Amino acid sequence: MNTRRRPSGGRIDRSRPISFSFNGRRYLGYQGDTLASALVANGVRLIGRSFKYHRPRGIFGSGAEEPNALVQVGEGARTVPNLKATQVELFEGLTARTINGWPSLRLDLYGISDKLGGLLPAGFYYKTFMWPRGWWARYERHIRKAAGLGRAPIDADPDHYDKRDVHCDVMVVGAGPAGLMAALSAGRSGATVIIADEQSEFGGSLLSGTGTVSSQPMSSWLAGMVEALSAMPEVRLLSRSTVTGYYDHNFLIIDERRTDHLARPDPRVSRERLWRVRAGQVVLATGAIERGLVFADNDRPGVMLASAVRTYLNRYAALPGRHGAVLTNNDSAYEAALDMQAAGLDVTALIDIRQRPAEGLLERAREAGIPVYPGHAVCGVRSGFSGMTDVELCRLTASGDDVLAYKGSVPCQVLAMSGGWNPTVHLHCQSGAEARFDEKLGCFVPGDSVQRARSAGAAKGIFDLGGCLADGVEAGRMAASAAGIAPAATDIPFAKMQEAMSIEPCWELPDGLPEGRGGKKFVDYQNDTLASDIRLAAREGYRSIEHVKRYTALGFGTDQGKTGNINGMAILARELDQSIAATGTTTFRPNYTPVTFGALAGRGIGTEFFDPVRRTAMHTWHVENGARFEDVGQWKRPWYYPLVGEDMAGAVARECLATRKGVGVLDASTLGKIDIQGADAAEFLNRVYTNNWAKLGIGRCRYGLMLGEDGMVMDDGVTARLGEQHYLMTTTTGGAAHVLGWLERWQQTEWPDLKVYFTSVTDRWAVVSMAGPNSRRLLQTLCDDIDLSAEALPFMSCRQGTVAGIAARVFRISFSGELAFEVNVCADFGAHLWTTIMEAGREYGATPYGTEAMHVLRAEKGYIIVGQDTDGSVTPGDLGMDWIVSKDKDFIGKRSLYRPDTIRGNRKQLVGLLTDDPEVRLPEGAQLVNEASTDYPVAMVGHVTSSYQSACLGHSIALALVKGGRSRKGGEVYAQLMSGEVIRATITDPLFYDPDNALQKT
Amino acid sequence: MRNKYSIFNLLRHSVTGHSNWPEAWRSPDPRPEYDVIIVGGGGHGLASAYYLAREHSVGRIAVLEKGWIGGGNTGRNTTIVRSNYLWDEAAHLYEKSLKLWEGLSQELNYNVMFSQRGVMNLGHTLQDMRDIVRRSNANCLNGIDSEVLTPADIKQMVPLIDVSDRARYPILGASFQPRGGVARHDALAWGFARAADRHGVDIIQNCEVTGIRRKNGAVTGVETSRGFIAAPKVGVVAAGHSSVLATMAGLRMPIESHPLQALVSEPLKPVLDTVIMSNAVHGYISQSDKGELVIGAGIDAYTGYGQRGSFSIIEGNVSAIVELFPAFSRVRMLRQWGGIVDVCPDACPIISRTPVKGLYFNCGWGTGGFKATPGSGWVFAYTIARDAPHRLNAAFDLERFYSGALIDEHGAAGVAH
Repeated sequence: MNTRRRPSGGRIDRSRPISFSFNGRRYLGYQGDTLASALVANGVRLIGRSFKYHRPRGIFGSGAEEPNALVQVGEGARTVPNLKATQVELFEGLTARTINGWPSLRLDLYGISDKLGGLLPAGFYYKTFMWPRGWWARYERHIRKAAGLGRAPIDADPDHYDKRDVHCDVMVVGAGPAGLMAALSAGRSGATVIIADEQSEFGGSLLSGTGTVSSQPMSSWLAGMVEALSAMPEVRLLSRSTVTGYYDHNFLIIDERRTDHLARPDPRVSRERLWRVRAGQVVLATGAIERGLVFADNDRPGVMLASAVRTYLNRYAALPGRHGAVLTNNDSAYEAALDMQAAGLDVTALIDIRQRPAEGLLERAREAGIPVYPGHAVCGVRSGFSGMTDVELCRLTASGDDVLAYKGSVPCQVLAMSGGWNPTVHLHCQSGAEARFDEKLGCFVPGDSVQRARSAGAAKGIFDLGGCLADGVEAGRMAASAAGIAPAATDIPFAKMQEAMSIEPCWELPDGLPEGRGGKKFVDYQNDTLASDIRLAAREGYRSIEHVKRYTALGFGTDQGKTGNINGMAILARELDQSIAATGTTTFRPNYTPVTFGALAGRGIGTEFFDPVRRTAMHTWHVENGARFEDVGQWKRPWYYPLVGEDMAGAVARECLATRKGVGVLDASTLGKIDIQGADAAEFLNRVYTNNWAKLGIGRCRYGLMLGEDGMVMDDGVTARLGEQHYLMTTTTGGAAHVLGWLERWQQTEWPDLKVYFTSVTDRWAVVSMAGPNSRRLLQTLCDDIDLSAEALPFMSCRQGTVAGIAARVFRISFSGELAFEVNVCADFGAHLWTTIMEAGREYGATPYGTEAMHVLRAEKGYIIVGQDTDGSVTPGDLGMDWIVSKDKDFIGKRSLYRPDTIRGNRKQLVGLLTDDPEVRLPEGAQLVNEASTDYPVAMVGHVTSSYQSACLGHSIALALVKGGRSRKGGEVYAQLMSGEVIRATITDPLFYDPDNALQKT
Repeated sequence: MRNKYSIFNLLRHSVTGHSNWPEAWRSPDPRPEYDVIIVGGGGHGLASAYYLAREHSVGRIAVLEKGWIGGGNTGRNTTIVRSNYLWDEAAHLYEKSLKLWEGLSQELNYNVMFSQRGVMNLGHTLQDMRDIVRRSNANCLNGIDSEVLTPADIKQMVPLIDVSDRARYPILGASFQPRGGVARHDALAWGFARAADRHGVDIIQNCEVTGIRRKNGAVTGVETSRGFIAAPKVGVVAAGHSSVLATMAGLRMPIESHPLQALVSEPLKPVLDTVIMSNAVHGYISQSDKGELVIGAGIDAYTGYGQRGSFSIIEGNVSAIVELFPAFSRVRMLRQWGGIVDVCPDACPIISRTPVKGLYFNCGWGTGGFKATPGSGWVFAYTIARDAPHRLNAAFDLERFYSGALIDEHGAAGVAH
């Protein structure tokens, strides 16, 4: 059972045992355990293998800083790779596995790389794998297989995620002593407060400490504190909630994990929730993370942070070994030594690198019966099958730079080490502020804030409990005050104030051996970066800390170097003989700890929510009548309506013929519609369209082309004048939003003097287009208040009236070349209008047609589709549409139409193409050449933009852009396909049907 | 030859604990005068200096870098290399670059890890597919490898991708360039730096150019944070700040500078073998040798010089990836970052002489400059050495913004860079 569990104490619930498995073996833990603490309590020391050398590794830390103990948790679709065992809360049935180690954790054949270590210094891969030329792909396959950490799931994620947006006066990050007091003092002032902490319970360092606050045991003081905060309605407490990012404008991201700690989560509850917080003021009470020491073989299972040892002993009542030692360069680890001894973990040596630790400390250690070795260091580690057994001691020279004498070894299963503390300045730096190196504390502390934020407690280098509590109160008070809220008085709880923590920074312990000889000295455990790697980088000229990071992978791991980075920077500084301040840090970027992709995506995935689906008012009818749909922009448009047993070609041919011979009915609701009003509306249209709008009469319509500043066609559509100062513009379906933005941009930024207003009304109107010789007769049966005759309602005009009993706008416009009418009604009546038309249309052969038939019909007429027949490189002249370009006025893009390249003769021009065999259809996207060749590159003269089999004409037709095409009519061109096939075609006019445009005017 | 990079020399140096490797490049003090100064120690600048020295035998060359070499977009991009561009001008330039990539590790004696695992551009709409077919046909006729894949082909090559109708924009097909792939971005900068240094180029870091001195319409040198340095020819390759440098010479560039962000997941065992790019479902993704999923999307819409962007872009980008790969939902994002990209109106670069004699600009690569690094340096070196563009970059002249001869890959290709 739990061979290494203390009989009492800790924050675990011994009445709730939990069964879990690790690497296939079953173990027992308790409610309140993490996977790491439960493994410690079960005496499991070997947790994984390292990334590069595949060295055996154990648990090193106790939280977000853990570099070694990465595990794959869960199975199947719910498996999660790369979790830190120190952050995984235990639940009944949890399964976890080691992520590296092949064929097994104990026998890892890749461990050979450890023996080859001398061949594999930092950046070795830049120096080799280049021969034989072309073999990189082979080497790489093996490298990739050996690299990587855990495994991604194979199946879609069965869980869901959500997001919340919140505002608050004060955001407190971290619920340790400083954060709790900051939240309390800000909350008492009446500020709205969010306090978030990454752990399962609030308390931070109090959870693993011993001693008292305000004369109460820490745990009961903490409980009272959490209760007091919970009672405040304006204070929101978020546990298991990591503030992972700090962006501009005091925008912070909290990743709340809601179900991962539960054995049987409610499937209705989202797995994670991403809080997007806009904070008035921020208090960063993020604490500090202990750093390790760099010495030979400092990665052996059993070497741990002193703070982690304390946490396992005090919070989880778990003993990381039966006996152990402490290695430190500062005062704080003495607490760990005392706690170890008190817990029954025999402390064989307290090794203090400093020559003269404070007498008070030595006194306390001796009183507890702990042998203290001042001025000593660890110069080697002896290990057995599952971790360390002894540490080798040496006496240091006075300067601490070299070994004076080797002093033998002491038995040691766990080495609790402390190289000092690094304030968690990550969020401070993410906000855009600097970190400053404090020589006295031997660490980076926050510099001036650049956003509305302040750091508090250990996060700003205050390392004693009393100081943190007091600083928290002050930070909360100042934050409330800065948020404009009168602060209320808050008493500072009493805790024993310590003398300022003394530290003699020490970045690498000597072993008395030349470089490359002794045991490996690890700086970054996860990436197997050695102290010698950093020196090698510096020698080779990689001297910027960013170069060193990239060359040696220092800090590149999933822990982002939380324990190793500063040591690495200091070793570099020493190698370059410059200060740590001058060496600087790498950039702190989001995320503080990794964030699940699903949480970032939230609900924004899948058919419904990835991008809103827009459906017309008649959508249900289309579905019920078997329409196949096409995505056009966000819209679902009917593509074609196959009858039973009919293929696409058959359906499209039938729809086209029905339209040309009788009447076809099209759902045209998706075209963009922009309502334009104002005294200067006509002037505005004049500026954005190439043609003239000054004289368009009320009740008349006009087709317009819109160009970009470069003179290239951007959008097109018909605009109608509905009233004196009232126009309705239509745009392409896909271009609607862009055009509205375009109009607004020009009006707001360039022509604010023009009185004109734009409103998108696309969704407000349902539009049914009826095209074909029977369209007038059909519409007449449903409309008795508009004279639809050619005289009263000529081509390109519009009227308001009633259709099928509904107020309607009727436009006589045509995209098919047939007599055609478009009826616009309030979208609420769209379905009614459609069914009424289909009903009434039965005797006229009314046939619904989709976008494919629409494309064929317009291509037969040579009408372009912007985005298909144009591509941002096509001018009106290229399309043969000079007739629409006014020479008398200015408009956007006009200047560009007179540039040398836009007026040259052999530009690509829109033409028609006919194949020799009427049954052969040119593929759309086919490139055109004057002479087919296999001597690449082959000169291309254009491409096929649109191509269809025309049922009405009985042969295939195509539109194409061809260099100088208009002057080559009757000539030949070849489509040379990537398959090797070559198809000959004859260049024609791009107008295949009713060349006089008579039908649409009847 | 002791210092040539090879497995034998790795062995030899391991005996001495690798303590005798020489500097990859020297860190000299600037000389008072050079024949050519390259402003900007990114990949393009270092490549330009290398080819100036190697192909054009220019004697005294300096690369001036404000910070550390390779620290701008070279070290921040998602490392995609391909040449399947639509327009002839772009296709030929990027293909030249791709050909250089194919022998670059040996040429530089530095493993840049160019990994030809193929690049797929997905199509999600009928128009996407028309564009894909058009571009693939054009690529083939330009002698560039390209295939058009069906959803079934895609699924076979990329088992975790969702080609079903469950997606908002189902995958209808893709173009595929087998010779495309990814590379190690830092190695590219370092490899060029080392090789250039070997040819005598002075690489001077922490040397910021603060002014461009001219006389009678010709450049005479640059003012720097380390004093004036004279040169009759100055080539500026300072992506992100090109317009700032241009202003120093009294020029205006048709460029907007935007933030561009990218992100990586935690490392995973191999799970994605090719590069996947999608325009309609906006994002692109590949897996690095270390195992991270390397992910990017489009620029932040606003302009600015801050190397950081908006969180909403990251959310949208990750949504797109999860939409394409529903299994990646439980993978975790490790880190995100931002760079600054110079965007031209036609999404194509400027590699050009300027109205100032002896002053050359190489800029405007937008979001896709990494793949072009060797080719860009190669043509830029030619342009500087001969004071005339090579035929491969003649179309990328500044003049095109006056003549209107734009090369609009934005509108045409429908492809994210």
